[in-house]
Amino acid sequence: MSKHIIVDPITRIEGHLRVEAIIGEDNVIKDAYASSTMFRGIETILKGRDPRDAGLLAMRICGVCTGTHYQRSIEAVEDAFDVTIPKNARIVRNLIQGALYLHDHVVHFYHLHGLDWVDITSALKADPALAEAESFNWHKTPYGVSKSELIQIQERLTKFVKQGRLGIFSNAYWGNKNYKLTPEQNLIATAHYLQALDLQRDAAKLMAIFGGKMPHPQSLVVGGVTCVQDIKNPARIALFKTLLKKFRHFIKTAYLPDLAMAGVKYVDEALDGTGGGLKNYMTYGDFRLDDTGFYKSALLFPSGVVLNGDLSKVHPFDQNKVAEDVTHSWYEGTKPLHPYDGETEPKYTGFEKKADGFSYIKPKEKYSWIKSPIYDDTRVEVGPLARMVVGVAAGDERITKYVTGFLGLLGEKLGLGKAAPTSALFSTVGRTAARAIESELIADVMMEWVDELAANVANGDLSTWTEFDFDTVSKDAKGHGLAEAPRGGLGHWVKIKDGKIENYQAVVPSTWNAAPRDYKDRMGAYESSLIGTKVADPDQPLEILRTIHSFDPCIACAVHIIDTKGKELSSFKVNTSCSI
Amino acid sequence: MNEYSVNKKGKVMTDRRDALASMFSAKGAKVNTNRGDEYYSDLLKKMNTRLDELEKTEVASKTSIEHVLEAEGLTRRDFMKWASAACAMLMLPPTFTPTILRAAELMNRVPVIWLELQDCAGNSEAILRSDAPTIDELILDVLSLEFNETLMAAAGHQAEEHLKEAMHTFKGKYICVVEGAIPVGAGKEWCTIGAKAETFEEHLQHVAKDAAAIIAVGTCATFGGVPAAAPNPTGAVGVQDVVKGKAIINIPACPANPANITGTILHFVLTGQVPELDHLNRPKFAFGYRIHDNCERRAHFDAGEFVEEWGDEGAENNFCLYKMGCKGPMTFNNCSIVRYNEAVNWPIGAGHGCIGCSEPQFWDKYATERPIANSRIKAPTGGVEKSVDEFGIGLLAAAGIGIGIHATASIIAGKKENDNE
Repeated sequence: MSKHIIVDPITRIEGHLRVEAIIGEDNVIKDAYASSTMFRGIETILKGRDPRDAGLLAMRICGVCTGTHYQRSIEAVEDAFDVTIPKNARIVRNLIQGALYLHDHVVHFYHLHGLDWVDITSALKADPALAEAESFNWHKTPYGVSKSELIQIQERLTKFVKQGRLGIFSNAYWGNKNYKLTPEQNLIATAHYLQALDLQRDAAKLMAIFGGKMPHPQSLVVGGVTCVQDIKNPARIALFKTLLKKFRHFIKTAYLPDLAMAGVKYVDEALDGTGGGLKNYMTYGDFRLDDTGFYKSALLFPSGVVLNGDLSKVHPFDQNKVAEDVTHSWYEGTKPLHPYDGETEPKYTGFEKKADGFSYIKPKEKYSWIKSPIYDDTRVEVGPLARMVVGVAAGDERITKYVTGFLGLLGEKLGLGKAAPTSALFSTVGRTAARAIESELIADVMMEWVDELAANVANGDLSTWTEFDFDTVSKDAKGHGLAEAPRGGLGHWVKIKDGKIENYQAVVPSTWNAAPRDYKDRMGAYESSLIGTKVADPDQPLEILRTIHSFDPCIACAVHIIDTKGKELSSFKVNTSCSI
Repeated sequence: MNEYSVNKKGKVMTDRRDALASMFSAKGAKVNTNRGDEYYSDLLKKMNTRLDELEKTEVASKTSIEHVLEAEGLTRRDFMKWASAACAMLMLPPTFTPTILRAAELMNRVPVIWLELQDCAGNSEAILRSDAPTIDELILDVLSLEFNETLMAAAGHQAEEHLKEAMHTFKGKYICVVEGAIPVGAGKEWCTIGAKAETFEEHLQHVAKDAAAIIAVGTCATFGGVPAAAPNPTGAVGVQDVVKGKAIINIPACPANPANITGTILHFVLTGQVPELDHLNRPKFAFGYRIHDNCERRAHFDAGEFVEEWGDEGAENNFCLYKMGCKGPMTFNNCSIVRYNEAVNWPIGAGHGCIGCSEPQFWDKYATERPIANSRIKAPTGGVEKSVDEFGIGLLAAAGIGIGIHATASIIAGKKENDNE
């Protein structure tokens, strides 16, 4: 008999997510449903506000990809006002965004995703001397895993375990046979887990140097940036470089080698395409490299769409082809709509309570707060993998160099005598690897950007803001801010009338990836990627977590926003603690 | 002649600087840093009794602080230094340092269950970056963080099981930290957690019931925050509007400064009681000052030197951001002292005004780039527009720098506090 399992809460993500899966007698997932169970109403809240203030509020869509919503919102307004920001502002925004990628990718791999690959309890059994030797298999100067360091880490962990309370490590799927690393490899990764926990504060500092604080930076405004003091102070630039170098060193000597190590151990799953899913990849592109303006500049990550894993063809991206469908989402609506015209009337139908006491989704009806976005009537996946795949397909030299570099390393470690096939990337393992490949690329290019900024300031350009006449440009305008968050394509669409926001829609990475089925009953990226995966033990659905986490879910932002009519709201209890 | 009324009673002040001085010394903005020997000896006794109790708890760990320090690569001296700093931050006399040390050694006996409701995980992310000194990290390491959706390894059924077990084991002893708002209006049924699809409100009540105290972190959990911004589509409120009969400490800001979260937990460990709170249940050690009071740009405010437009000469010279919408004068928080990310920067340092994120309803009152008088922000009912009418918009024009209205608001806040006392 097949088994219907619920995984709720999915932890180690931002937000509230439930996954239900139907697992056959052969332990293979036959059907899957992803449901978002949290909802706030931020787009509705933005309506009627001053577009210049929208970015601050829109940023609170997510505290993990914090800052990137801020940029997208501000850029949507700048696009509407036809404002081109100064060079300093463009570079500063790229540096803040780049630092976010680095922070997010490292924290995602080690602290959110890592425990799906690494069995911490197994690390206690490792021999530190052998682990040190093992580490040299993956890098010639491995990061922080000398015998002495490993002994200290093991002792610290042992003490922690002896206290009897495992805290956040309690009750996980430890010992599951689908953990494939050796105890020594687990110890190496665990050491890096702890070291990254310390180092990620440096990456956050990178963002705070030009952003004021992190999470939720506060130095961007429509027209530019405010951190004049920070860019003209050489000590700030120097601090940025020092911290960046330190973090880049970790990426090169810990993160990438760990990925190669995991890639080899889990290579079967990469080669057989476990977790591949849709194989349609889309990216809006990111990081403007010159000052010709939005959607005209050359991009570090080019935009485009690759269909069916066919790397021979890149379809140009056209924002007019984006639409959102609500057939299986808790909203009213009959047909897919473009975000400029998006409607969001809530129609909550809830769960079905069964005799076992659990509440199940109703798969034939509506079952999620996430809408189903469609590109050119196709379901697509977004994220680091999409960026790398589109970059390679588009023949981008820099991206191709980093991707082939990693595939070459993997091929060498596997003893293939040649690079691992690019198709290995179309998998759960590949999705996770793409994130590491991208991290190295960004860390390298950011070094160039800091120098570019310093040189520009040294040449006497202190310009950080472009003036515009608000009353004129805000009479009747619309614009979009389309680029990428670390976890995939992020778009904000805004319509402005008489100085106020008339309509606001955000279609975010996890909307694309975590969406339910659409009007043609086609699955979203999460759902599709789970089908066909074999689960070793249905009571410990480790494989489900692994694949879902490989997308780096960020659900608070994916939750679409209701459009309630103001009048009904007046009766609700509101906070009255400050009535001044 | 600059004559204008300051408050409803029509008190007239002719000298602007005197008026400002008196407003800024309003009682509500002051923290009493010396409460007299009797108060402190009583507090010390309370703390030691509390620590004695903690030492006897069943989950008492055998790990000594020396071992933990060693593993962290810290010396006893680092630890002492941190304890003195913590002492100062909590506004206690130096004689409390040994007690704080003792408390830190006991920290691992205070279990924490961290709930995420209508949130963005910003506060979880913030605590990940817990500020220097490094010992804050150590405190976190030895805290017994029993449940935190962002960081915990377990998921689904196993996560729920563990929550149940921890709540049972530490019944009446754990601290419940809440991040995110609670929908109690239209969205009451819309947000659920767990296989039984508990609503957020049910989930919170269930965990809050056996908690020793509740710490609401971030402005969503304290005052409703983002989801409660007008028109509050889901009917979102803060913890204090839902949970009754429990000690609730509010640590607002978006996100809360991790130093204030750890400081509050430390205080709880020390005394078994919540720290001294202001009229909004915020710990006074953190929220007893206005941003403005300790702002690095304050001298420019006093000299009348302002940034008039982004990127102008004033901006290049670190002038005051008041005219660019800085709400530092009416925002109570210690950002200008503690800063963010190991004190590397803070919003005003990065050239942007304060948006008042630790104040209730700040999205509808303060979060704009313009001073309140010429803001186009949506006016919530009973919000700031009303107060502008009530307290005289003429004041803003007369003073040229609209500070009076905010100071007036603070006087009212101070008064409210006195009323409560």
